[in-house]
Amino acid sequence: MSNANTMRPAVARENWGSRLGVILAVAGSAVGLGNFLRFPGLAAINGGGIFMIPYFVSLLVLGIPICWVEWTIGRYGGALGFNSAPGIFSVLWPNRVSKYLGALALIIPVGIYMYYVYIEAWCLAYAWDYARGTFASYAGDVGAYRNHFNEFVGMPRNGLLLHGRLQEGVIFLAVVFATNFFLIYRGLTRGIETFCKFAVPLLITVGIVILVRVLTLGAPDPARPEHNVNAALGFMWNPKIQHGGIWKDLANPELWLAASGQIFFSLSVGFGIILNYASYLKADDDVALSGLTATATNEFCEVCLAGLITVPVAFLFLEPQTLNKQTLGSSFSLGFIALPSVFARMPAGQLFGTLWFFMLFLAAITSSLSMLQPAIAFLEEGLGMGRRLSVTCLGMITALGGLLVVYFSKQLLALDVLDFWVGTVFIFVLATAQVILFGWAFGIERAREEIQRGAELRVPGFVWYVVKYVSPVYLIVIFAMWLRINVPAKIREIRELTTEDRGTVLLMLLFIAVLLVFFLLMINLAGKRWRASGRHLVQKPLPTPASPQEKEAAS
Amino acid sequence: MTTAGWILMLVSCGFVLALTVFCFARVLRTPKATEHMHAPLEIDTHDTDEE
Repeated sequence: MSNANTMRPAVARENWGSRLGVILAVAGSAVGLGNFLRFPGLAAINGGGIFMIPYFVSLLVLGIPICWVEWTIGRYGGALGFNSAPGIFSVLWPNRVSKYLGALALIIPVGIYMYYVYIEAWCLAYAWDYARGTFASYAGDVGAYRNHFNEFVGMPRNGLLLHGRLQEGVIFLAVVFATNFFLIYRGLTRGIETFCKFAVPLLITVGIVILVRVLTLGAPDPARPEHNVNAALGFMWNPKIQHGGIWKDLANPELWLAASGQIFFSLSVGFGIILNYASYLKADDDVALSGLTATATNEFCEVCLAGLITVPVAFLFLEPQTLNKQTLGSSFSLGFIALPSVFARMPAGQLFGTLWFFMLFLAAITSSLSMLQPAIAFLEEGLGMGRRLSVTCLGMITALGGLLVVYFSKQLLALDVLDFWVGTVFIFVLATAQVILFGWAFGIERAREEIQRGAELRVPGFVWYVVKYVSPVYLIVIFAMWLRINVPAKIREIRELTTEDRGTVLLMLLFIAVLLVFFLLMINLAGKRWRASGRHLVQKPLPTPASPQEKEAAS
Repeated sequence: MTTAGWILMLVSCGFVLALTVFCFARVLRTPKATEHMHAPLEIDTHDTDEE
């Protein structure tokens, strides 16, 4: 019997019910609004088909290797009795400070959940409105949809959604919030896994139905025969030379930055979620094929569905001046202003609009569910809380953050602050820390043995050198470039804000700092509890499997 | 749509589709995978009780 088994805690821990279940849960976590709204617009404004070259290079060099790292780290930590990032990091790198790195893997999913659940509520509300025919009076007018969206999310001023009558957005937020916590309360197998096994195939089916509809539209507007499916696909996929030639375009670092960033955020690496999900595997469960399958599912939704639907359908129905860089470059403009107007002009648009927003809702809820589990796991194993208490605590914390996002709705400033710091900066830092810990502190030889344990797919040898040398450098370079471009712009943006808006930004920054300190204190407490209960003993790593020479010598 | 556009679209979608089909075929065809049940759906995790 391995040490992993003898060191397991006495209380039965949760496990996935089936292998397909964990794959669909991880895929559901990765497939989100970014796949359907961010990727197509980003590709269209960054060279069209040319974008796919750095995109696939980033997938092979950055995405898949880091996914494997997270799956392997998670399963390793789980085999030693930990499901939360602080515990997993403490066994990955037995050091006093390592568990505190796990604070990032808690604050990232929790912080993102606070605004992501709100966007998820928009999707459900739009699906509901389409089904009821609420948008019929707008008659495809983009301006009318823009006004509707601005009012719907409370853009004009702070507190708009919480004054007067109960607003539609708030009602749907309450429904979606409660649904998430109900599923989380049911547990890993009966809640997350059961739901994802139903929701992910349904999401893909709905996506395929919409894709077939889009590809069979022909030239829907007889007055504009040049706006046909062939031209629409060309608008998305034709290489757009922007710097004098394909090679010059490919030498543009911003193209690589955009493609790498998309792969990075699309696969949900660096969120702390895969780490947590993989920890519920058994020590000899496959991670190589499962990780690759979850990644492939995410890519299918992004490239094969979103790449052929979102921008092409917008091209078919919208005026060329509407499909500008501002619309394509903003997920909210494309998703909640341009596309609703597209479905209004499409034959049977009410049905397809409803299906589209319902599909976005499914993509969002399978992601938001996964954002709660890491913190639940920590509260349970770190602080000894039961499921009911941990769900209640997390519910109160996320409700407070959600309330701030809803109240400070002017120009969606609170949402933007959380997205910039928690949803971008912290993710880069955590992903880099994970890769360095795995490649250097854990060691590449042990990493190789660990991932091959139970593997049903041989991981190519070069992957380890990629993980040790290429991925950390790639991540640091991307992060540095991203900071160079975005931080001065952010500072300029804050300087130009009114006093009230600057106050909102400072309040949200304070909230993030308090949340981070709270998690650090809780991790400190958890560390003491683990030591007191003798669980610090599990900080001994799994023994390195004997080499063939050692086995021979022993025999 | 240009020839280069067609090539980039077909290669991109074809690669992703082939990878997805390959992975799911391996997952579903491996006997160990389909019988890889770890826990019954009604597993008692002992964590829904009050402390």
